[in-house]
Amino acid sequence: MSPRLLPFLGFVLVLALLGFGIRWSQRHDPREVPSPLIGKPAPQFSLPLLDDPSKKIGSTDLAGQPYLLNVFASWCFACRDEHPILMSDGKRLGIKLVGFNYKDEPDDAKRWIAQFGNPYDVIVADFPGNVAIDFGVTGAPETFLVDASGVIRYKYISPITPEVIATELLPRIAELRKQAAR
Amino acid sequence: MIRLRLPMNASRAGRRPSLPVLVLVTILCFIVASFAFAIDPLPFKDHAQELRFQALTKQLRCLVCQNESLADSNAPLAADLRRDVFQQMQAGKTDDEIKAWLTARYSDFVLYDPPLSGGTWLLWFGPAIVLLAGAAVILVVVRRRTRVAPQSSNVTRSASAAEDDW
Repeated sequence: MSPRLLPFLGFVLVLALLGFGIRWSQRHDPREVPSPLIGKPAPQFSLPLLDDPSKKIGSTDLAGQPYLLNVFASWCFACRDEHPILMSDGKRLGIKLVGFNYKDEPDDAKRWIAQFGNPYDVIVADFPGNVAIDFGVTGAPETFLVDASGVIRYKYISPITPEVIATELLPRIAELRKQAAR
Repeated sequence: MIRLRLPMNASRAGRRPSLPVLVLVTILCFIVASFAFAIDPLPFKDHAQELRFQALTKQLRCLVCQNESLADSNAPLAADLRRDVFQQMQAGKTDDEIKAWLTARYSDFVLYDPPLSGGTWLLWFGPAIVLLAGAAVILVVVRRRTRVAPQSSNVTRSASAAEDDW
C-alpha cells in the first residue's frame, strides 16, 4: 500500500464517522430524554379526578390490570393532533386508558374534553405537576404502558399515531396479555 | 422607572455625556440585570444557601429548553424542579442526593456534567485518543522525513525531495 493513500484513508474514516452521525441522528431524536423508569415500578400516586376533585384515584386503585397513562393538557398543541387518534383507536387497544391532565386549569381541561370528546376511562388531574416529575414527564403528550403488577413497560414521547399503535403499543399489550394468561 | 437625568442634562447643555457618566450608566445596567436571575423568589435560609442553590441549578439541564440550565429557564417544568430542589435543600439533602433524585427520574440527561460510565467513556477519552492518534501520525511523518533527508541532501541541498514524499 502506497503511503500516499494514508491521508485519503484518514479522510474516508472521518467521512464514515460523520455519515454515521447523520444517520444516527436521523433515527434518534437527540432531544428525547431517555426514561430510567422503564422496567421499574411506576411511582405511587393519588390524584383527584378531573370531573370530581373530591374523589381521588391512585396507583393502588389501578393495580391488578394493565393500563395506558396518557399525559395531555389543553395548552398542548400536539395533544390536539393526538386526540382524534385516541378517540378512534383508543378502544382498539383493549386496556384501560387513563388520562393524565398535566398542569392544566381544570376548567380549560373540561372544556377541551367537552369540545373534542373523551377517549379516557378515567381522567386524573395533576395541577402542581409533582406526580408528573415522579414519572419523569418532560412535557405533553407522553404515554406510559403500565402492566398489571404496576411496572412501567414502555414510554412513548410525542403524539401517538396509528402507526405507533400498530407497531409499538398493540404488540406490547398482546405480550402483557400472554404473560397474564400464563 | 428611573430616569437618567444626568446624560440628558449634559446633552442639553451642549456637551456630550462624559465617559465616566457612560461607564456608570453601563455598570448600573449590569447591576439591575443581575437581579433578573431570581426568577422565582425563594425564601433562602442565608446567602450561602442561595449561592449553593444557584451553583447546583446551573449544573442541571432544563428538560424542556435543553440548551438552558435549570437556573436560567422560564419553562414551567424548570420552575417546578427548582421548587423541588429548593425543598430538598431545606430538608437537608446534599447536592449528590438531589442529583440522584433527579437522575432517577430523568436519567443522566439532566446533568450537564455526565458521569463516567460505559456509554460515556468515548465522550471523556475520545479527544485524548484523537490527540494521541495525531501525535502518532506526526511522529511517523517526522521520522520518515529525517530518514529521507540525508539521502536527498546528497542529490540536492534543497529539501524539496523530502516534501515530495507526501
